[in-house]
Amino acid sequence: MQVSDLSVARGGVPVLSGVSFALAPGEALVLRGPNGAGKTTLLRCIAGLQEPLSGRIEGAEDRVAYAAHADGLKAMLTVRENLSFWAQVFGMSDLSPALDGYALRPLADRLAGTLSAGQKRRLGLARLLVTGRPIWVLDEPTVSLDADAVALFGSVLRGHLAAGGSALMATHIDLGVEAQVLDVSAYRAAPDADLGASDAAFL
Amino acid sequence: MRALLLRDLRLALRAGGGFGLGLAFFLIVVMLVPFSVGPEAQLLQAIAPGVLWLGALLACLLSLDRLLALDLEDGSLELLLTAPLPLEGALAVKALAHWLTTGLPLVLAAPFLGVMLQLAAPGHLWLLISLALGTPALSVIGTFGAALTVGIKRGGLLLSLLVLPLYIPTLIFGAEVARRGAAGLDASTPLLMLAGLTLAVVALMPFAAAAVLRMGLR
Repeated sequence: MQVSDLSVARGGVPVLSGVSFALAPGEALVLRGPNGAGKTTLLRCIAGLQEPLSGRIEGAEDRVAYAAHADGLKAMLTVRENLSFWAQVFGMSDLSPALDGYALRPLADRLAGTLSAGQKRRLGLARLLVTGRPIWVLDEPTVSLDADAVALFGSVLRGHLAAGGSALMATHIDLGVEAQVLDVSAYRAAPDADLGASDAAFL
Repeated sequence: MRALLLRDLRLALRAGGGFGLGLAFFLIVVMLVPFSVGPEAQLLQAIAPGVLWLGALLACLLSLDRLLALDLEDGSLELLLTAPLPLEGALAVKALAHWLTTGLPLVLAAPFLGVMLQLAAPGHLWLLISLALGTPALSVIGTFGAALTVGIKRGGLLLSLLVLPLYIPTLIFGAEVARRGAAGLDASTPLLMLAGLTLAVVALMPFAAAAVLRMGLR
């Protein structure tokens, strides 16, 4: 995946400009930067949830699995039903790597609404494994995970990278995974930059 | 697509899913009518088709604000946007699930409620036909309204204000089919208009809904 000269805006205000990086199979890239620097906005652009102001994103379409703060779980479906729904949406059928990778098998028949915050997070991350997509775009993946679960996530991530996948993450925790670091504060947009935030008039 | 339909049906049928709420609302509204206008059989018979149609329409409206808002809250709407499903198709499926859980029970219950309002004998069949043809349009138009108001806090009332005017053509022709049917007149003209309206909105509204949803979530 190749990102070149990307500018993104949040709420009509440009936050980042001129972001360029490349992500090869097997590589992980960690985004760093203070709160409000634009990490989430950048990730949403790459996931296709919002249009960039300018610049190009190549090789991301239909290859990205996105996980953000909300896990997209249905409280009244069981863990297994939640996973199998997403698996079917993405045209996959095998749930066992996801259930085993995050130690969810004992919870498989519990309703997702009865899980703890950390267990929900594990289920949300397990969803990535049933998408079959090579590029993981993760926004603060370790929120509400305990040390053991972070280690689980680290090992699943290593497996994903070893299998030729790649990952783009905004995280402040050391996952024990070899990763490049991109500090987004270097790309902060000039405060008065008029990059053509066309919807600004409506906000 | 099928997975999404099955998921929405399953969620509607589980606790808190709201299945049956619309039906119970319809029942109560229709029950209240004789209390408000009096028990005269002649009067009830005259207003029955209109009242039943209006009741069904309001019952359909009741569950629309949950259609997309719940998916937005738990994040699954955004994840659906990144999934390989076309958004137009996903919204059409959600409208279908809404119709199956809200519209279809109303259609099936309406002839029985017609008895309570002294609906004349051939009218039950025509009422059933007109609702079966008209309620899918209500669900699809409602999906458009839900997409339009999805990001708005307390958007339910706004949704009603936006959607109700769009329901007027369906209401006019649907109630007319039922009225003519009950009076023993030829109902084919309003029936064709109703069917045409439904086909048009089923064909067009998913695209409109997907377009406004993309704009709203950006």
